[in-house]
Amino acid sequence: MNWRPKRLIEGFEYLGGITLLAKDTAQAVFAGRWDWADIVYQLDLLGVQSFVIVLITAVFIGMVLALQTAYALEAFGAKLYVGAVVSLSVVRELAPVLISLMVGGRVGAGITAEIGSMKVTEQIDALRALGSNPIRKLILPRLVAFVCALPALVMLANLLGIFGGYVISSLSLGISGRFYTTQVFKLLKFADIFSGLGKTVFFAIFITLIGCYNGMNCEGGADGVGRATTNTVVISSIVILISDFFLTKLFLAL
Amino acid sequence: MDRFLEYSGVRKSFGSKVVLDGVDLVVKKGETLVILGGSGTGKSVLLKLTIGLMHADGGRIEVEGQEVTDATEARWMEVRKKVSYMFQWGALFDSMSVYDNVAFPLRERRLCDEDEAEARVMEKLDLVGLATARNLFPSDLSGGMRKRVSLARSIVTEPLCILYDEPTSGLDPVTSDTINRLIRRMQSVLGVTSVVVTHDIQSMFRVADRAAFLYQGRMAFVGTPAEAREAEHPVLRGFIEGRNPDEPES
Repeated sequence: MNWRPKRLIEGFEYLGGITLLAKDTAQAVFAGRWDWADIVYQLDLLGVQSFVIVLITAVFIGMVLALQTAYALEAFGAKLYVGAVVSLSVVRELAPVLISLMVGGRVGAGITAEIGSMKVTEQIDALRALGSNPIRKLILPRLVAFVCALPALVMLANLLGIFGGYVISSLSLGISGRFYTTQVFKLLKFADIFSGLGKTVFFAIFITLIGCYNGMNCEGGADGVGRATTNTVVISSIVILISDFFLTKLFLAL
Repeated sequence: MDRFLEYSGVRKSFGSKVVLDGVDLVVKKGETLVILGGSGTGKSVLLKLTIGLMHADGGRIEVEGQEVTDATEARWMEVRKKVSYMFQWGALFDSMSVYDNVAFPLRERRLCDEDEAEARVMEKLDLVGLATARNLFPSDLSGGMRKRVSLARSIVTEPLCILYDEPTSGLDPVTSDTINRLIRRMQSVLGVTSVVVTHDIQSMFRVADRAAFLYQGRMAFVGTPAEAREAEHPVLRGFIEGRNPDEPES
């Protein structure tokens, strides 16, 4: 059973590597010299270009949730309160986690593929050899852009998800739009929105660091880049799901 | 002649594989030293240790008499201002044009304003014969053109020393000759110290003031190209004559 200690050591090495990268990135963030042009470019690439995924995911989450909630609440004669349940579920949990999983898969894979290709073609070594800092040049713009973009996308998803529920409530469940909206505004508090968006800041940091670390450490050629990209999607998804539990506990305690 | 680079007992391993096992070598100011050796013998590793892209496991590396073996990244940044590196496949940034690639180190180190940067970039592109390619992207370039752009990028900051990693590998003989002429020109026009890693014997005879042969992790030979031709080391002889010393002639 030799593989167990080896895998365990590799796991700790991976954790250590990510931690060191996080430390170096934090130093780069506070050292200044932000490349604003690159940050705006990354905002477009990571944020604006994720809009369609967010739109489809959020509207359908809201619609399915309205149908399922109405089915469950009908047993208690509380079908009218679909708006309250949909809005709370979407804002507190479903939009932050599902949008982070969907957008995170797209963004994390893209970051790893791009940085991984640069690694295997020695472009990262070239950056260092030419007097640049790869963390400031490659990781910092992506991190800043995604930490801004993901909460904004999730805020948008909140609205779209509630709208999806509104459409189903009005068209299929026979609940008036006015009543649905009243329920949403009556129950939803600022703390609910803050809790959901707060989690996505952490998710954005995790996804960016995992994507960048896997890219900067991939070995070999196209095969290595492919493996690193797959790992990014798997690891960042698992990290989102596990950290969601602890972050939820944290935000509930605040 | 003063020493520019000095390696004493330099060691480097990857896992259980020992690549460099006590390399001793001196590179004098202004000379072109060619390091010969088979594929995977650690030639490129030695160059990367010189500017801190990798770190030695042991031994001592000096640049202009200053030890840098265990230097901090900030110290390596200072070394990289003096010592430039031309990568084997160019390592041009895919997302940038030829012009922006060459201007990159000037902008990154904030060495001059944009007007002066343009003058310097165009001068170097002209030197490598690619002034007309300024708006092209790396994907539009042939292998030889990529290496010439990479060379222009390496010299635009006017370093004191250039490390060439397999500058002629994968090129046709005519393009190889162009690159070899450029290496000689860098020495005569700019007076730079050059270390060229290659397994191209023709290239060695064209550009070298001195040659070194890396074998089994150590320098098995250091001398002039003429001395290399007369060397008795069987593997170096095989290398120069283009035959495998372990296989009998048929």
